[in-house]
Amino acid sequence: MARTDTKLRHGDLGLADADVLGMYRAMLRARAVDERMWLMQRAGKIAFIISGQGHEGAQVATTWPMRRGQDWMAPFYRSIASAMTFGMSAEDIITAHLAKGDDVSSGGRQMPGHYGGAPYNIVSLSSPVGTQVLHAVGIAMGAWVRGDDVVTMTQFGEGTSNQGEIHEAMNFAGVHRLPVIFICENNGYAISVPLDRQVAGGSVAARAEGYGMPGVVVDGGDILGCYAAAKEAHDRARRGEGPTLIEARVVRLTSHSSDDDQRRYRDPSEVEHLKEQDPIPMFASELRDAGVLTDEIEESIRVDIKAEINEATKSAEARPDPSSDEAHERVYAEPIPGGGTPVALAPIEGGSH
Amino acid sequence: MAELNMLEAIRLAMDEEMERDDRVMVLGEDVGKKGGVFGATEGLWAKYGDKRVLDTPLTEAMIAGAAMGAAVYGLRPIAEMQFADFVYPAFNQIVSEISRLHYRSNGTFSAPMVIRMPYGGGVHGALYHSQSNETYFTSTVGLKVVAPGTPADAKALLKAAIRDPDPVMFFEHKKTYRLFRAEVPDGDTVLPIGKASVARAGKHLSIFCYGFMRTCALEAAETLAREDGVEAEVVDLRTLRPLDHETLMASVAKTGKALVVHEANRFGGYGAEVAATIAEKAFEHLDGPVTRLAGPEVPGVPFHHTLEDWYMVSPARIVAAARELAAY
Repeated sequence: MARTDTKLRHGDLGLADADVLGMYRAMLRARAVDERMWLMQRAGKIAFIISGQGHEGAQVATTWPMRRGQDWMAPFYRSIASAMTFGMSAEDIITAHLAKGDDVSSGGRQMPGHYGGAPYNIVSLSSPVGTQVLHAVGIAMGAWVRGDDVVTMTQFGEGTSNQGEIHEAMNFAGVHRLPVIFICENNGYAISVPLDRQVAGGSVAARAEGYGMPGVVVDGGDILGCYAAAKEAHDRARRGEGPTLIEARVVRLTSHSSDDDQRRYRDPSEVEHLKEQDPIPMFASELRDAGVLTDEIEESIRVDIKAEINEATKSAEARPDPSSDEAHERVYAEPIPGGGTPVALAPIEGGSH
Repeated sequence: MAELNMLEAIRLAMDEEMERDDRVMVLGEDVGKKGGVFGATEGLWAKYGDKRVLDTPLTEAMIAGAAMGAAVYGLRPIAEMQFADFVYPAFNQIVSEISRLHYRSNGTFSAPMVIRMPYGGGVHGALYHSQSNETYFTSTVGLKVVAPGTPADAKALLKAAIRDPDPVMFFEHKKTYRLFRAEVPDGDTVLPIGKASVARAGKHLSIFCYGFMRTCALEAAETLAREDGVEAEVVDLRTLRPLDHETLMASVAKTGKALVVHEANRFGGYGAEVAATIAEKAFEHLDGPVTRLAGPEVPGVPFHHTLEDWYMVSPARIVAAARELAAY
């Protein structure tokens, strides 16, 4: 990756010091929640964790241009930093992983890592990979039909990029120039299978040409480069110029999930040097070089986050577990015989109409 | 009252709903300028434009998945699968996503959308243009499944499906599209999903059917009355999920005999659910074995007319099955 070639100064991108510090804070928060949940998983409090560690730079930076309460997101199972940047709180995330009854994503019905939240315009995610990309395209189609100023972003891995539904989604988005941003977070592994066994030609972004949209490769360690690409994609979408495919080359710092051990298939020297590619210290050093981040600011951010995560954990743990008395409910939006009982539902409102 | 065929009734339902609610849109293959391969959307493109009557690429997963996205966003999409036989690429979206969205999000997201699918044989469509694959969907919790047999029911139930807050699979038997005309009430008549109708009252046995089988069962009932003095009650289920237990039970209580008829193959077919429900809930009323008449156990309707005739459930076969049952 030619990271130095694309290196940008935040001022040139219209970002204030507060913006880049905010991005740095968002990365640290996501990492802190992620690390906390691994601890809770090891302690037997959380059944399963699928991590976003290493993806935070790309996720925070690409989500940064997205407008909360207006734009939409269809995330994937590593989208912890994206979901938090788009509005989910640390407590939302931890509550979902504890499968509590009032978890905003699923009320304890889904496994950890299935991000979603109606209040945040984050579409509920399932487990078959790539399905969400069509939902993003459908939301974008809805906005396009209605003429609304709404941009939809979706994330997926490079393994998922091979699914037929991704092809269908990108082709359709390209045909109608739909306002959607495809973010492929390429960490080089689909669980254990490396990139050269998954993606012919080695580039997901290169496929964009066939769909009549720009395909941009960014280095997930180059936070401002990721931001610049996403901002341009967001602007293009709003200008009616259609979709963009951004392939962010990121690093997967952990095993695929808490049920996996990457030492079985990754070279020991590769695993040993993973930390050197961690986007968080990279961005910190960039911000220090730019004179934006100081020891005092760093310390203050870390203290704040620690307090927030401790409070979020405590509060999430105190929430009620789901009741099996309600497990048959909310199958249908309307009561039908044998299909659950009615609940008060918020009306389905979308975008600005 | 206008005399309409099935296709005209379906088209009118969509037209009226699009007129009434600008969130309603249609998407599918050839639904635009051409008006659909069967003509169900004829005229809608000219009236509502490119975006609300949207020609898609040949991508069934996209049609279903994007419809769900649009439904989540607030629209009321009507997705057309050109043939029910071609729905399988969309199966993942329908089963993993559309049917489960509401439950998995604890009721915070819904997919109010309709998937219309021409199904059924008897049209020289062979294995891949004749399937009756409703059972895949009736066994999927989270979906509603409708299969009307008359133009009036088709119009009123399609309107209900479009307004329904849940995803509805709408099965249109393609042989019925232009088979006959019947009176369709003018104006905004909407039928509740989940209600069967008694198409013909009778006292000796009940025939439970849906879609094109309604036409066949009514013809069989006339023969039975004329030739055997057997008065068959024909119950058109109209909605397959949820199943109208009340109408089902009332009919069995009256006749004591149940014949369940469908075109799809028998094994694990929809008739099994109807038969089991009757066996469980109406046992004390039964005066004969709950009987199924269904398509044969072959992977599809074969093409040549002698083969297709061999496959199809016909009025004559219904008469034969009913005679056997009535003899108890």
